[in-house]
Amino acid sequence: MDHIFFFYFAAVIATTSLLVVALRNPVYSALALLIMFFHVAGLYVTLHAEFLAAVQIVVYAGAILVLYLFVVMLLSVTSEERYHNQLPVAGLLGVVLCTEIILLFFQSQATASAPAASVDPVAGPGNTELIGEALYSTYLFPFEVASLILLVAMIGAIILAKKDIHERVQ
Amino acid sequence: MEIGLRLAVSLAQIAAVMGVVMLTVMVLTLAERKVLGWMQDRMGPMEVGPYGVLQPIADGLKLFFKEDIIPAGANKFLFTLAPILALVPAMIGFAVIPFGPSLTIEVFGMQIKPFVISDINIGILYILAFASIGAYGIILGGWSSNSKYSLLGGLRSAAQVISYELNVGLAIVGVILLSGSLSLVKITEAQAGGFWNWFILAMPFPQIFAFVVYVISAVAETNRVPFDLPEAESELVAGFFTEYSGMRFAFFFIAEYANMILVSCVAAALFLGGWNAPYPGTILGYIGLDSVAWMENVVWFAVKVYFFLFLFFWLRATLPRLRYDQLMRFGWKVMLPIALGNIVLTAIAAYFFPR
Repeated sequence: MDHIFFFYFAAVIATTSLLVVALRNPVYSALALLIMFFHVAGLYVTLHAEFLAAVQIVVYAGAILVLYLFVVMLLSVTSEERYHNQLPVAGLLGVVLCTEIILLFFQSQATASAPAASVDPVAGPGNTELIGEALYSTYLFPFEVASLILLVAMIGAIILAKKDIHERVQ
Repeated sequence: MEIGLRLAVSLAQIAAVMGVVMLTVMVLTLAERKVLGWMQDRMGPMEVGPYGVLQPIADGLKLFFKEDIIPAGANKFLFTLAPILALVPAMIGFAVIPFGPSLTIEVFGMQIKPFVISDINIGILYILAFASIGAYGIILGGWSSNSKYSLLGGLRSAAQVISYELNVGLAIVGVILLSGSLSLVKITEAQAGGFWNWFILAMPFPQIFAFVVYVISAVAETNRVPFDLPEAESELVAGFFTEYSGMRFAFFFIAEYANMILVSCVAAALFLGGWNAPYPGTILGYIGLDSVAWMENVVWFAVKVYFFLFLFFWLRATLPRLRYDQLMRFGWKVMLPIALGNIVLTAIAAYFFPR
């Protein structure tokens, strides 16, 4: 049963990811991305990470992709031709990535033939509490660094948008 | 066999909830016109049936038989998809709302919770996630219509929904801090035993500010007056659904009302104690009718939800529409700081006075 779900989600994720870059109409690309986000969330649910699944949809599908659509519509591009001449570079990168994946796959086959650590469905504290505890104890430093980086990005965005204020002072 | 039976029970529950929601939408279309009429010293619809009570049926029939027009140059696929994308997220959120006490009854050896379709442990996040998906229907509907009014309406709606969704999410955090759970069933249970335990008034830190932020943001998120800029009829004809007619228009219409019901249910469950009566226990329980005490709880839930729905109509009859820049400034510079301040104060209070 789990395998059926996994292969369904995996197949849809792979197909829609391809469609995102293959479709000519940017709005259709965004929709393919939306379907992909949903299936990634579904994959999280099959791994008993409901919190991550919900956050995936709230953040990526609910906020970021809406902004993408916003931009696409404001520019009102029906088809964007600028990025369609990147086949050599993209092909090279694709070959490199594929080689890496194949190498990693055979390495993991050779070394870790033991069954993957089967996490029993979390009993007791839900995974929301577990994520919270891990984030604020084990991973406190990376968490704070990430928040600092986001703060810097936010200030940068404000300065970029408010260029005129700076000029007026001078 | 077991799975089949469970599926059948779940489908029956879903059908029952959908039926109640659709019935409420029908009642609301009439109630809105009647309430607006009374507030403006008119009678409201009076022609169809006694006192106009059959008006929703007449409206439904009219929309059903109207010609379905797809404008020339419209993107046919997205034009068809958009109303469905608007309606489904509005309906799907009701799956985690507890309408009554969390009893479990045994049917053929299965544990069934009759008043909630699915008690998942991230209930409130689930609702937020699907509420944010509702914006796609509006944006895509506006874009695919190939009309300037529709496109402007869709863009306005996108900006508005993103801005106010943030405030909804932050307003809810205080309640989550106090109850220690994301499940709507657990949040409601934490407010049992009288109105002084409801999170709007509960010690250590009453969530009254969060409540005000939530209600205002919820009105904005459902695109209702005074935040109905996406469909401002004096500027944009009808906004994102200018080009829609017939059943596709009806889908957007139903989605808007279903969203109103959903945010009212969430407000009732988070801040006003959900199905809990404003006094400890239930009157039916005190006089020895324990087996039907759930009726009293369900009625209290309905009363709270209808109070919010009435508030929507009341606002519509009272307030003029905001200008777009006022809307944005209000959302980011007034509501957001209040919501953030509420989180800080609630966290401090919850740390020093754990419940």
